[in-house]
Amino acid sequence: MGNKNKIFLLIYALIIFTLPAILQNNYHLMVLNVAALNIMVVIGLNLLMGYAGQISLGHAAFFGLGAYLSAIFTATHGVPLWLAMPLAMAIAGIVAYLIAIPTLKLEGHYLVMATLGFNIIIYIVMIQFDAVTGGPSGFAGIPRMQIGGLIFASDRQIYYLFWAISIAVLFFSLNLIHSRVGRAMAALSHNEIAAGCAGVDTEGYKAKIFVISAVLASLAGSLYAHYITFISPGTFSFFYSIQVVTMVLVGGRGSLWGSVFGALLLTLLPEALHAVQEYSVLIYGLILMVVLVFFPRGLFPGIGGLFAKRRTVLPPDSRERPALEKRA
Amino acid sequence: MTLSLQIFQFILSGLTAGSTYALIAIGFSLIHNATGIVNFAQGEFVMLGGMFMITFYTFLKFPMLLSFILTVFSVAAVGLLLERGPIRRARSKEILILVMITIGASIFIKGLSMILWGKNPMTLPSFSGEAPIVFLGAAVMPQSIWIFGITMGVVAALSYFFKGTMTGKAMRAVAASRRSARLTGIPVDRMILLSFTLSGALGAVAGIILTPITTTSYDVGVMLGLKGFSAAILGGYGSMPGAVIGGLLLGTLESLAAGLISSEYKDALAFLILLTALFFKPSGILGRGRLRQV
Repeated sequence: MGNKNKIFLLIYALIIFTLPAILQNNYHLMVLNVAALNIMVVIGLNLLMGYAGQISLGHAAFFGLGAYLSAIFTATHGVPLWLAMPLAMAIAGIVAYLIAIPTLKLEGHYLVMATLGFNIIIYIVMIQFDAVTGGPSGFAGIPRMQIGGLIFASDRQIYYLFWAISIAVLFFSLNLIHSRVGRAMAALSHNEIAAGCAGVDTEGYKAKIFVISAVLASLAGSLYAHYITFISPGTFSFFYSIQVVTMVLVGGRGSLWGSVFGALLLTLLPEALHAVQEYSVLIYGLILMVVLVFFPRGLFPGIGGLFAKRRTVLPPDSRERPALEKRA
Repeated sequence: MTLSLQIFQFILSGLTAGSTYALIAIGFSLIHNATGIVNFAQGEFVMLGGMFMITFYTFLKFPMLLSFILTVFSVAAVGLLLERGPIRRARSKEILILVMITIGASIFIKGLSMILWGKNPMTLPSFSGEAPIVFLGAAVMPQSIWIFGITMGVVAALSYFFKGTMTGKAMRAVAASRRSARLTGIPVDRMILLSFTLSGALGAVAGIILTPITTTSYDVGVMLGLKGFSAAILGGYGSMPGAVIGGLLLGTLESLAAGLISSEYKDALAFLILLTALFFKPSGILGRGRLRQV
């Protein structure tokens, strides 16, 4: 993964783990804990959007699947937590694979539609299947996170756990994109036909990336459920899917550090703009439009590009993809 | 009521909902054919249709026909602005980026509508009374006949437009090949603009005729857009007869399933149909199998 990334990762981890010493307010810690989960989802989604050239508008469903399955297994059926979470991840992965197989065979953006439809089906099931999910009023009494005998009860304890996992996910993903698989994925995102000709199993890779990203979303969902201990369908609506896609696009497709930036910015910004909560939908739409119109490569790489020479405007028929972040 | 009569009743109400899905599906097809993008703001056009009509007719007390025309023009203007603004100004013309821009626009329109019209559901009176008409033993609301009639009228007018007028033929040429169209001197940019404007107008019509039956609120756009999209996929994406057949079929299946199986999962069913269609025949009922398998 290159020395540069290793140094960045080290500095990043140092900042993250010294931050709680400065932050005394539990609310701030809670916001950051949610940000850590969002980073996991966004990194997974970015692998799909940046490297497989596909969009999922159903990541809220995988996030929700993780949360609800974990909750149902532990609270309703008494399955131990260490088993329930991987089980939820496995189910989310299998579901993703079943969606991916037929849709990824087709050229074009059929995965967008399939995931979108899937998101809405899952959302409706969460609301209607109230005997199991608790319906619109939600699912309460989910056991807290615990490892061995240690129960993670305070926001501060959760902070260290979530950020450790979040950094591990980033480490894993940085390694992945700099491995043989990653190079195949990069080839795939640049030119699918050429990659296929070079012997890359394009369809297989796309399906695998989609499964990985769904599993990461499910993991974040399980962690969320065992942290907040109460879940309701509203959290997993279509709007969350849009939010994470926006985070990826703001951070820049293909840039994993950009994803960290995008997820942090868009999780913390609404908290800073608490007074204008009524306008949050409006602001999200506006951010998404403005970023895409003016910074199609993302805000994070775009800020740097602003000072570079003016980019040439691509002709309307061009299907060229913007170059991926330069790999160290 | 006998089962067969019940089924007949469900089919009639399905055709009513299906007509509006067909109108939305045609809107999707128009923009897709001109630009290759999926316009996610299509559902918001429908929502705006209902909202503008309520504003003109209920709040400003304009006559119905005038309100209808003003609404169609207003929403068409929104479609025009969407193309003239974000879509044309986009630095990258990559399809994926443009699709995401329409998603941004859709959320933006939704957020703005919430501020302008509030969160409460609103409705319009039926065009001609509420007394149901008995047709072959089944009760039909007069509004259903309006919906079906107006949809068929719009479809007929559109087919004349595409087959009989120079502009319509030019739009078809752009759909067939943008580059060749440009070489023959067709103003491609203007045709793209026109496709967005027409889609806005179609959305407005769907919103106006549907609101008296279903009521409207700022957040109905997403669901309606997705239903219309499913209809378009079901019928064969980009094809106008396909959009009509897909819309009517989806409406009917949905209504039958809601009536005979479970009404709670009615909305989920539409997407189950979409997923099934994607899995088994992604080119749709009238699709020409042009989808390349990669």
